[in-house]
Amino acid sequence: MDTNTAKLKKNAFRVTKERGLTASRVRVPGGHLEAKYLGVLQNIAETYGNGTVHITSRQGFEIPGIPFDKMDEVNAALQSIIEGLEINQEAENEGYPAAGTRNITACIGNRVCPYACYDTTVLAKRIEKAVFPNDLHFKIALTGCPNDCGKVRMHDFGIMGMTEPQLDPNRCVSCGACVKKCEKKSVGALTMQNYRPIRDAQKCIGCGECVINCPNRAWTRSEQKYYRLTLLGRTGKKNPRMGEDFIKWADEESIIKIILNTYDYVKEYINPNAPGGKEHIGYIVDRTGFEEFKRWALKDVNLPEKAEVMSPLYWKGIKY
Amino acid sequence: MGFHVNESQFDAWLTEQQKTYDIYAPKCFAGGNTFSDVDCIRYGKVNSISKIVFDQKSEYSFKEVLTPISQTLFFFTEEQCKEADPPKKGAIIFLRSCDLHALKRLDDMYLHNGPADYYYKRIRDNIKIVLIGCKHSFESCFCVSMGTNISENYDMSINVADGVYELNCKDVTWNQFFLDLGASRHLVVPDQVHENKTVVKIPVNLTADVARSSMWEQYNKRCINCGRCNFVCPTCTCFTMQDLYYTENAKVGERRRVWASCMVDGFTDVAGGGSYRKKNGERMRFKVLHKVLDYKQRNGYHMCVGCGRCDDICPEYISFSHCVNKLGDAMKEVTK
Repeated sequence: MDTNTAKLKKNAFRVTKERGLTASRVRVPGGHLEAKYLGVLQNIAETYGNGTVHITSRQGFEIPGIPFDKMDEVNAALQSIIEGLEINQEAENEGYPAAGTRNITACIGNRVCPYACYDTTVLAKRIEKAVFPNDLHFKIALTGCPNDCGKVRMHDFGIMGMTEPQLDPNRCVSCGACVKKCEKKSVGALTMQNYRPIRDAQKCIGCGECVINCPNRAWTRSEQKYYRLTLLGRTGKKNPRMGEDFIKWADEESIIKIILNTYDYVKEYINPNAPGGKEHIGYIVDRTGFEEFKRWALKDVNLPEKAEVMSPLYWKGIKY
Repeated sequence: MGFHVNESQFDAWLTEQQKTYDIYAPKCFAGGNTFSDVDCIRYGKVNSISKIVFDQKSEYSFKEVLTPISQTLFFFTEEQCKEADPPKKGAIIFLRSCDLHALKRLDDMYLHNGPADYYYKRIRDNIKIVLIGCKHSFESCFCVSMGTNISENYDMSINVADGVYELNCKDVTWNQFFLDLGASRHLVVPDQVHENKTVVKIPVNLTADVARSSMWEQYNKRCINCGRCNFVCPTCTCFTMQDLYYTENAKVGERRRVWASCMVDGFTDVAGGGSYRKKNGERMRFKVLHKVLDYKQRNGYHMCVGCGRCDDICPEYISFSHCVNKLGDAMKEVTK
């Protein structure tokens, strides 16, 4: 049996423990899809695979037990999903262009969740369009609010929804619900003065608890959507670490530009001998220093006036 | 007189009225709701009929116009004080039949319950009412059960039909305005609903004994005492007083009255640290029985008008109408 494993991997298949059998890896950007595609997956699993499907940790599906010689047929069968999810594809019926850049994950977002500050899937898909396919090892995740159910701090780029609460003092009934909830569930950014809440803008993390708990629409959400961008969290063998805050009150445009700029930076500085041409961005930043990374990342980025850029950044984490 | 008018004719009337009135109607506050990307329908000033939301119920009622959420009564400094100015213009309020019945409750509370309330009266004396006809009942409405589905005491009514607004106008000068405009004359009766999906039965034998029922206990845990049910209610009138001294100069300040809620902590607090209704079930009991029992004993008719806003707003899915419908069984429980 002669198979080019590099080519197979770049086509979203995997070399598995069982000789001659592969698994098809189906990415779902933003983790939300029309239910009809589940039927397509079932059909592939039962026709070509072993009849099972694994739900991956990056919001995809992995269909195991597929013989190598069925890969072309599986790719053709995947076409409706690839089109439906608007995946950037190089050639029709040739399956997913797999890459070092991993599926962009998202919590369920404001399509369903009351806490979420934006539609996470829409933004995930927008970023997907801008960066895919790409061989470099990037992990990007989105979460709707600072609860961080998406665990975005374990990613190279963590995008966390924020809202800037707006107070209409004439609708405030001094019930104190916002102050209590901010104290108990969030960061305690509110205090009462003359029967009305005062917001400490420095402390506020934009979670929206005040808005959610206001019984009289005195607190509402800002028209503008904001994001916290966290940087260079990772799992892995050498030095797993949590992502650190980079920008508070960032906007979508800037975040996408920063991610694209980071691809340029990595191309410039990646270790040419990195195994498989993949190196966690964090190790590269450790080598070049944060300031050099920042210089590249913020090139031609026009942040909103409100944005706060943290600098310098230091990462902790376990070192082996 | 009855008229059929189009959008530009109606807006011509609105423009004319805005010389002397602010126009208040249910309108859409984009993204103005609790959850992100959700609009809020509530009362606000409008300058065109296209801004008025007719196909949804406003989450909050018209009462904000007559009893402002936060109303400064006067300003004080050292030896002097100055009464807060009244609104510069009168108000034309677009509302539905249930709300027009609620206006009677507000009037009885503020004008006929002892001496007339000065601050209420000075707004009330300058309002006009445009009744919005109801072609359909909304899911939580129970106006028919409360006898509030039909209203007569409006200055004008408006039905929304395909591309045309049907008006029944009782105001003489407004009639003349539409005649001068060349509006076509028709017989118009305000749209009314005669049945609701939600039906509420208040037991005829209901007495305060029902307070002893175990039915109230479930609300101790279910209710979060946020007060939304009171704030959206067109008949809740409770307020509290706030005297405050400006932070920049503590010799100057103001007295204002601000909506209060019998569900929210602090409502029954008294000097010496007492608090009469600590449990949420007790607060629910007090509110429900005020709406469908003791108010009637004083005034001869029920306070609740069946608009259903409290059902729609409750984040814990507690239904007032469902609660009222349990009162019959609760009476059996306490009288056996």
